[in-house]
Amino acid sequence: MTSGQPLLQSSDPSASSQPCPSCGFGSLGCLCSNDSFSSSIINDPQGNLFGLDCLEKGDKDLSVGDTRFHSSVGESFGSVETTQQFHSVETPRIERLSLECPTHENKRLVSWGAMELPHSNSSNTPSASFEISRGSSVVHAKVGSRALSSLHDNKSQRKSRHKSSQFDDNVLCEEDARFIYINDPRRTNDKYEFTGNEIRTSKYTLITFLPKNLFIQFHRVAYLYFLAIAALNQLPPLAVFGRTVSLFPLLFVLCVTAIKDGYEDWRRHRSDRNENNREALVLQSGHFQHKRWKKIRAGEVVKICADETIPCDMVLLGTSDPSGIAYIQTMNLDGESNLKTRYARQETSSALSEGCTISGLIRCERPNRNIYEFTANMEFNRHKFSLSQSNIVLRGCQLKNTDWIIGVVVYAGQETKAMLNSAASPSKRSKLESYMNRETLWLSIFLFIMCLVVALGMGLWLARYKDQLDTLPYYRKTYFTHGKDYGKRYKYYGIPMEIFFSFLSSIIVFQIMIPISLYITMELVRLGQSYFMIGDRHMYDYSSGSRFQCRSLNINEDLGQVRYIFSDKTGTLTENKMEFQRASVYGKNYGGSLVAADQLQKENLSAAAAHRRWKLKSSIAVDPKLMRLLHKDSVGDERIAVHEFFLTLAACNTVIPIRTCDRSSSCAESQCHEDVETIEYQGESPDEQALVAAASAYGYTLFERTSGHIVIDVNGEKLRFDVLGLHEFDSLRKRMSVVIRFPNDDVKVLVKGADTSMFSILAKDNERDHHVRHATQCHLTEYSSQGLRTLVVAARDLSEAELELWQCRFDDASTSLTDRATKLRQTAALIECDLNVLGATGIEDKLQDGVPEAIESLRQAGIKVWVLTGDKQETAISIGLSCKLLTMDMEQIIINGNSENECRKLLADAKAKHGVKTSDGGNRNLKCNKNAEIDYLEISEGKKEGIVKVPLALIIDGNSLVYILEKDLESELFDLATSCKVVLCCRVAPLQKAAIVDLIKSRTDDMTLAIGDGANDVSMIQMADVGVGICGQEGRQAVMASDFAMGQFRFLNRLLLVHGHWNYQRIGYLVLYNFYRNAVFVLMLFWYILCTAFSTTSALTDWSSVFYSVIYTSVPTIVVGTLDKDLSHRTLLQYPKLYGAGYRQEAYNMHLFWITMADTLWQSLVLFSIPLFIYKESTIDIWSMGSLWTIAVVILVNIHLAMDVQRWVFITHVAVWGSVIITFACMVVLDSIPVFPNYGTIYHLAKSPTYWLTILLIIVIALLPRFLFKVVHQIFWPSDIQIAREAEILRRGPDHLRPRLDGRSS
Amino acid sequence: MKNRKKESKLKKKILKKQKSTREKKIYYLTYTTQKITLKHTYYYSVVPFFELKFSSPVVVKMRGATSSGGSGDGGMADSAPAKRNSRKPQYSRFTQQELPACKPILTPGWVIATFVGVGIIFIPIGLIALFASEHVVEIVDRYDKDCIPPNYSNASLQYIQSSKTNKTCTRTLTVPKQMKSPVFIYYELDNFYQNHRRYVKSRSDKQLRSKAGESDTDNCKPEAVTSTNAPIVPCGLVAWSLFNDTYGFSLKNKALDVSKKNIAWKSDQDYKFGSDVYPKNFQSGGLIGGAKLNSSIPLSEQVDLIVWMRTAALSTFRKLYGRIEVDLEANDIITVTIQNNYNTYSFGGKKKLVLSTTSWIGGKNDFLGRAYLTVGGLCLFLAVSFLLVYVIKPRPLGDPAYLSWNKNPTGQMSWNS
Repeated sequence: MTSGQPLLQSSDPSASSQPCPSCGFGSLGCLCSNDSFSSSIINDPQGNLFGLDCLEKGDKDLSVGDTRFHSSVGESFGSVETTQQFHSVETPRIERLSLECPTHENKRLVSWGAMELPHSNSSNTPSASFEISRGSSVVHAKVGSRALSSLHDNKSQRKSRHKSSQFDDNVLCEEDARFIYINDPRRTNDKYEFTGNEIRTSKYTLITFLPKNLFIQFHRVAYLYFLAIAALNQLPPLAVFGRTVSLFPLLFVLCVTAIKDGYEDWRRHRSDRNENNREALVLQSGHFQHKRWKKIRAGEVVKICADETIPCDMVLLGTSDPSGIAYIQTMNLDGESNLKTRYARQETSSALSEGCTISGLIRCERPNRNIYEFTANMEFNRHKFSLSQSNIVLRGCQLKNTDWIIGVVVYAGQETKAMLNSAASPSKRSKLESYMNRETLWLSIFLFIMCLVVALGMGLWLARYKDQLDTLPYYRKTYFTHGKDYGKRYKYYGIPMEIFFSFLSSIIVFQIMIPISLYITMELVRLGQSYFMIGDRHMYDYSSGSRFQCRSLNINEDLGQVRYIFSDKTGTLTENKMEFQRASVYGKNYGGSLVAADQLQKENLSAAAAHRRWKLKSSIAVDPKLMRLLHKDSVGDERIAVHEFFLTLAACNTVIPIRTCDRSSSCAESQCHEDVETIEYQGESPDEQALVAAASAYGYTLFERTSGHIVIDVNGEKLRFDVLGLHEFDSLRKRMSVVIRFPNDDVKVLVKGADTSMFSILAKDNERDHHVRHATQCHLTEYSSQGLRTLVVAARDLSEAELELWQCRFDDASTSLTDRATKLRQTAALIECDLNVLGATGIEDKLQDGVPEAIESLRQAGIKVWVLTGDKQETAISIGLSCKLLTMDMEQIIINGNSENECRKLLADAKAKHGVKTSDGGNRNLKCNKNAEIDYLEISEGKKEGIVKVPLALIIDGNSLVYILEKDLESELFDLATSCKVVLCCRVAPLQKAAIVDLIKSRTDDMTLAIGDGANDVSMIQMADVGVGICGQEGRQAVMASDFAMGQFRFLNRLLLVHGHWNYQRIGYLVLYNFYRNAVFVLMLFWYILCTAFSTTSALTDWSSVFYSVIYTSVPTIVVGTLDKDLSHRTLLQYPKLYGAGYRQEAYNMHLFWITMADTLWQSLVLFSIPLFIYKESTIDIWSMGSLWTIAVVILVNIHLAMDVQRWVFITHVAVWGSVIITFACMVVLDSIPVFPNYGTIYHLAKSPTYWLTILLIIVIALLPRFLFKVVHQIFWPSDIQIAREAEILRRGPDHLRPRLDGRSS
Repeated sequence: MKNRKKESKLKKKILKKQKSTREKKIYYLTYTTQKITLKHTYYYSVVPFFELKFSSPVVVKMRGATSSGGSGDGGMADSAPAKRNSRKPQYSRFTQQELPACKPILTPGWVIATFVGVGIIFIPIGLIALFASEHVVEIVDRYDKDCIPPNYSNASLQYIQSSKTNKTCTRTLTVPKQMKSPVFIYYELDNFYQNHRRYVKSRSDKQLRSKAGESDTDNCKPEAVTSTNAPIVPCGLVAWSLFNDTYGFSLKNKALDVSKKNIAWKSDQDYKFGSDVYPKNFQSGGLIGGAKLNSSIPLSEQVDLIVWMRTAALSTFRKLYGRIEVDLEANDIITVTIQNNYNTYSFGGKKKLVLSTTSWIGGKNDFLGRAYLTVGGLCLFLAVSFLLVYVIKPRPLGDPAYLSWNKNPTGQMSWNS
């Protein structure tokens, strides 16, 4: 794998699960440095200590320290020393303890730093640390001592930071935390100068603009090349062009770019200014007053009203909602448009509502760019509690559905997560461009040879005329003026130096051989192509209203060469709109026949539903059998199981019900309910939404959710459950659980999760459960074979003791600053065991529109589609079948081994059985070509012996991949996979997805494309050559990481087959043409220089030479590169096989390059020699000749282009013929300025018929071979594109072709 | 039919006008996307740029709504559908790449027609050009060798450099065919690199143009100023090496007038060489390069200089010396008295005297005609051969049977070559 970092997600098991000894040392080192840390930092382990003690003993008298802390009465300054001493004594013990900690499996000791101290030494530490706290606070308060303490701080801080970074950055040392004193910005900003809230996205100021902009611009190699050439030209012996002329191209490009940058920066300045000058309500001297955003500081308390934008990252203190909920829209941050809930801690929000003054301390991690995580804790009114991502609102979000919120600023300005995130992913480079660079190298070799020829010729010529040089009329190197200069040499530095200078000056003359302008042209052309791709109405998704997006501009043409597509399943092939379809409750299968819930209610259950005063936004079909069961009054095991089943569905999730009143709509619909509330469920996971909605349909409506409790409406009866704790879903556990206290004080843990992770933690003893379990397992298999997503639901009662233990651990874990995720996971393991299975659910994820068709035509196009999914094998196979990826006639090779050896054996068997040859590293490329060919032959349905075989499908699961990808089995897998038509990988982790992409990418030259919609696809999208994101239900991380983004999978078809094809053909031709265009010009100059005694004279005027690539010929290339198209999109979509031209590299390859160069050579010779013969013994002067050549070459290259244009639109005509006209116009203008020696040339020339005849002759002779080649090629070896084009044009549309083609091919 | 076409064209024009404003907007948006991708930094560039662009106006709206006391939700509801609509790409034939287009295709008919067309155009032109060239009568006489007296034959340099030797040389030319007036007199130099970079640049057009630019001699070194730093007018190597052989013609002992009128380009005479610029300090250095100029005649009248200053493109070149305004009959014998002053012996350059009539193609030039005839002939030949190919082995155009996947895979695969 080439890039490791982006793949390491936050939940990387190896990084977080094992606290390695060195980590322990790391935190230890920090602790040691603590001793000189004489201010509030000391308070914090201290604070922790109190918090823990409080929890344990339930009394609060020990927290005197805090009150003192706030009052901070005078105390001797000397106490600093005592604390230091004390600590240095204490240090060894801490060391010992924290070393022991990781190995202890003691319940009490959770494996991190200073927190354990009170438990082990509870007898003496409290008093000691009490002293510390007092002393330090005093020091802090005393103005006189501040200088000293801050000195200390700086030192120790530096030290600790250094140490911590040495060991492990991931582990947050307690000292790395930031301290925010609520409503005390002065104190907060006292020690550390936190940045203000002013932001600056602009790069330049008025003064720095010029140097900085130039500096940045010259990072481009092209500009350095320009600069070097221009600099060479400034040397007196080399001045080939006039000095200003030679600077023109560079200055032109620099100016244009500088103006563009300047404008952009001005706009950034403006937006910054607007942003900084917005106002927010800030608590100042007891009242909320308006304050400009840029003046907001960390620690201040800010009030935000509804629909306002949040100015900085804030921890919520209170909201208008009594339960402390606030809704925010994070559109600006991650693009997700659904509302997210954030909670203010009950403690603070109740304090706020009581009107207390707010003061407290927040310790939070250092600013980082992870917008999905926030670790902090807060000390408030002597309580200490954790803060997490759900307690913080980030800059750039908007407050919705909430009247106001009050929060304390923790990160401001540049340190906000939004600002830290405004960096970009590394840009990719297209494959064609890298080939192009190879050819550019060839061109530089040509350039070198040409310069060498000129230089050597110059040397030989000088050597031959060595004696005459003094007086030679056209060279004359000596002064013969009487006087001091007499006999001096003029511009002559000896033959070796002259050769050298001649070499350099020929580089200047031939500079455009290296097509620097091509890079700029390509950028413009790609911009145009992106414009068309974005504007394509066929790629607009109506349902989500999302257009196609080009997020990367460098790889448009790669779209035309894709060989492998790696696709995610959920949300990519499917809609990710979940529908609850089947349920298995207590061993019984439901959901065979579904009836719309409303109907059911009307029929027989209307009584129960009558007093329902809300309705769901979407209606769901229910199973009447199950419904009836629910309404039975019997109290059997089954009934209880069903009850718990639905309670779990309703409670065990993170979905938020949003109630909105809309009277009008309900009145219109039916009889007027008063006040019908619509409940809309908003959540991050569509599965959960579907489950909650289903539960609601069965009468278990999730009605209200706060951080402390949930309200579920069970058939009209509102039940309030206290939520004691919630273990969120994570990809390691693959389950989530919630601990709730029932109204009757029972405490239950409700769990739902993936079957693999659930069956291992079920209770094993009881006989009846065994039956249920077995039945459920059968149902699960059935569901997944139908392509449903399955979840297992289980629950159990929690005893008082278990609860207490868990609660203690849970509070510990959730307030910890370090390793919180691991600790929470460990805590979850405490209660997620011995569960009673309740049932299972089957959720259907519908295929997106047109997916089977799209996959079919991609397959026809010769693209291999691999599906990498996290689903179960059965689900994956059934989805594969339904989207026509797998067909019945395929032979399935299934590899799911549980050990390395098993996998090896399975692979070897499969290979032996299907005759897959092993490729060794040496002829890898050969192998690939062969593969491609075999594949091609298969597609072409050829009946060659030995090749025809049953198409294979490889199905492999994540477990086996673990063994295969880590061991040397990789190449075996590669061989097998490439000989299969379809590859399906199921149960794969995000990193494995990337590894599979890498497997292909590193072993073949083929282009890979990854498409996905969720965060789990990000690594794969970044790994592949082309990453495509689907703007789906699962947030926008995939889109953020992608190069292209679109709304539906089926657009991929159009994107690749149509736009990819066009882009590739266009760019391929563009590159070749640009090589030709510049080379023909340079070669023409070269031949002439051979006739001027190798003196690098150019017959063309300086301006013409410069204008040639800038003005005379640049526009047509850009226009043709953007607008030309060989085939209509209809034809391309109808014959997907035409796409093969892309990955076979038919539009740009070495072969074509050399043909083009040969053609270039011929054309340049014709250009040079025809005028030479015609004007051999005539009075023609150098400027007339130059003028003739300029016109001839411009017309020639334009007609050359015109010959290859396949689609002449109005703009093409304007560009091509306009260029010729502009050239004439420029010539006329240049020849009308009397200071130039070429004055009047064109007027004189144009009168002569020979001039016109010469141009005509040049063009015909120069293009004749090319035309002939083209015609012969098209007659005898027509390409597929050529035939399709003929068919399209001559038969007036492809419809004519269809029946005949089918008839033939079948 | 025509009317309908016109109508549709008009409609399109109107549509275009209507859409041009919208298109501009779209373009602007796309342009900024590029900015993001290129520069990678923008405020909140975590957001795909479109979101940003579209959401910001919404923000403004919302704020307006709240400040005026309206409900935020209402504003939201209003702006949402508007947003939806604006995201949909506007339809235009341009953005959908469906502009009416001409799609040329190389059908056999077109190929053959092209070749026949080229042939038909080129052969007559070739014939006419050849005919014209045949009608040009040209007399070329190389005199550099023969004008050296036999006693100097091994010391031509000494002869030419010495100021004492008699440089006069008499040549007789026989007119092969009748030469209609005007008969142009050229001198032809060979191996004289007037196109050498040092030489071409060694001039000052400013100085030649007006008196004001007299001191502008930067490019003229080493022939820029005299020893007293007075500027040389005209400066530079080009002027310095002005050709100074002279020719006198007589027919049957009767002198033929050589007209120097209009031998230089009128534009040069009028605009490039100033009428107020007089030669100064010319040929006053230690080495005389060529002809001297009469310092009382302004540069604009110094036609020989003007002709010479139009430096030649190639190392073998002719320059117009003058014209004879009478017809010369066949077999007339012309006596030419040459003042053989110009030193080409140092670099082995040949000197020739050329008398020639002209035609519309210029001087005698068979190449043009022959080239046209050859190309025309070749094209006709190609046309015939392609015709044969199409008759013998026709390939139906657009026949799907020729598509590679419909052919036998063992057959030709063009990309394999």
